Amino acid sequence: MAEAEKVEVVIVGAGLAGLACAYHLAAAGLEVLVIERGDFPGSKNVTGGRLYLHPLRRFFPHLWEEAPLERHVTKERLTAMGEGSSVTVELSSERFKEKPYHSHTILRAKFDPWLAERAAEKGAIIVPKSRVDDLLWQEGRVIGIVASEAEIHADVVVAADGALSFMVEKAGLGKGRKPRDYAVGVKEVIELTSGVIEERFGLGDGEGAAQLFFGSLTEGMFGGGFLYTNIDTISLGVVVGINALMEKEPGFELHRLLDSFKERPEVKPLIEGGHPVEYSAHIVPEGGLESMPQVYGHGILVVGDAAGLALNTGLIVRGMDFALASGALAAQTIMEAKKRNDFSPASLSRYEELLKESFVLKGLETFREMPRFLQNPRLFNLYPQALSESLERLMWIGEEPKEKISTTLWREARRAFRLSAVRDLLRVWRI
Amino acid sequence: MSIDAKLALDAFKIDEESHIQIDEMRCKERCQTRYCLYVCPAQVYTLGQEGEILIRYEGCLECGACTIACDTTLAWNYPRGGFGVQYRFG
Repeated sequence: MAEAEKVEVVIVGAGLAGLACAYHLAAAGLEVLVIERGDFPGSKNVTGGRLYLHPLRRFFPHLWEEAPLERHVTKERLTAMGEGSSVTVELSSERFKEKPYHSHTILRAKFDPWLAERAAEKGAIIVPKSRVDDLLWQEGRVIGIVASEAEIHADVVVAADGALSFMVEKAGLGKGRKPRDYAVGVKEVIELTSGVIEERFGLGDGEGAAQLFFGSLTEGMFGGGFLYTNIDTISLGVVVGINALMEKEPGFELHRLLDSFKERPEVKPLIEGGHPVEYSAHIVPEGGLESMPQVYGHGILVVGDAAGLALNTGLIVRGMDFALASGALAAQTIMEAKKRNDFSPASLSRYEELLKESFVLKGLETFREMPRFLQNPRLFNLYPQALSESLERLMWIGEEPKEKISTTLWREARRAFRLSAVRDLLRVWRI
Repeated sequence: MSIDAKLALDAFKIDEESHIQIDEMRCKERCQTRYCLYVCPAQVYTLGQEGEILIRYEGCLECGACTIACDTTLAWNYPRGGFGVQYRFG
C-alpha cells in the first residue's frame, strides 16, 4: 500500500461546526483538511432557519459584516392552532432593530460556501464530493479516516458529519439512535419579491419575521410549523418527532402535513402568489443533554449536530449557534493538545470542559427536562385547541345575553384543565 | 402539491448504484409496522402489489429518518460523494 497522506487535523463534514473548527485551526497555522460529501459546502444542509449572533460574537468577532445573512428578525410570532381557530402572539421590539442585530434568517446553501471560503483564506483545504467511509484505528485510538478509498492520517479527527453521524457510530461514542431523540423536518422555499414580503409582514427594509406554530397542524403529534422570511423567499416547514410519526394511527405521510399547513388560513395569505423553488428535508436532534454522545475519544472530537447540540424550548429553536461555537471550542482544544502533543482522551476531555463553561452546555443543562416535557401530547392537541376556543367564546356575541367573563373562563378552564393539567403546570415550573 | 412535483423542484445527481439496501424476504416476513412508508419525507418507500417495499432511492433527500425508524432490515448509507440531492437554498 502507498504511504498514507498525513495532516494534523481531518474534519468530516463542511457544515457550520466543521467549518468553524477549520477556520480557527487554519488561522492558528495548523494543517487542516475538511472532507465534504456534497458538491460544495452547504449543498446537503438545511436550516429552518435563523441564526442567533450574540452568543457567537466573542468566537468570531469580525465575521458578520460581510456574511450572506438574509434578514435580521424584528418580529417574533407564536401561533397556537386549534381546529378552525388560532391565537397568535406577536412581539415587536425596537431592541430587535438595534445594531448589532440579535438574529438573522439564513439559507445554508448560501451561507456555508461563504464560511468555507473564509476558512480556505486562512489556509484550510476543503475537499468536496468525497464521502468519508470509515475511521482508521491503531491500538484503540483513531488515527485517520478512509475517504474514496484513500487513507488519510491525522493527529485528530473531528466528527462534524451532522445529526445522523456515522462517525459517532463508528467511534462507538453514541448511545444508539432512538426515534424519540429525533424529529424530521420538511421545508419549502417559496419565492416572493422582497417588496411583497416587507409589505405582507409589515417589515422595514431588510427586516424579517419569524413565526412558530404548534397545535392542530401536526395532528396531535410532537412538533410544529415554522416560517422565516429571507430576502426574497420564505422558508416554510413542519417538524415532527420520528416516534410520533411511527405511533400515529392511521399512518400519516409527513409531506401531506406540509400541504395542509400551507392551506391553513393563518398561512395561505402569507405565501399567496409565491412559487416553491425547493423542497428539502432534514432530521433534528431533539433529545437534549441526556441523549448526547460522548464528545471526545482517543484522537477524535464530536461537534455540532453530530454531538446532538440542538435545543428546542417551544419558543426558541437553536442549533446553528451551538454548532459554530462547538467548532471553535474544538479548535481551541486541539491547539492546546497539539502543544502537549497529547491526543489521548484525558487531553481531549478539555473540549467537554470548555463546552460546559460555554453557553452551549449551560443552555442544554438549563433545559435538561425540556425534551421529556415536549413529549406530552396535550401540548399539541388539548391546550392549543382549548386556548383558541376559549378566546373565541369570550369574543363571541350570540342571540343570548352575554354571560359574565368569569363564568365563561371558569367553564372553559374546567373543560380543558383536569388533574393532568395541574401536573403539566407543575412541570412548566421545573423548566 | 404531489410529492413528485415537490421533488422535481430539487437538483439531483443520480448514482447508478442505490445507497439504500433491504433484505426483501426479511422485510416482508418480519416487519408489520412499515414505518418507512410514513417517516420518509420523499416517499422513497412505497408498497408493492404483493406487500413488498419498493425503493425509489433516486429521490432520497438523505435525511435518514427511515434508518432511525426501521429496526428490521434497512441498510442505509449516504450516497457516494458528489451524488444525491444538491440543495441550492437549504
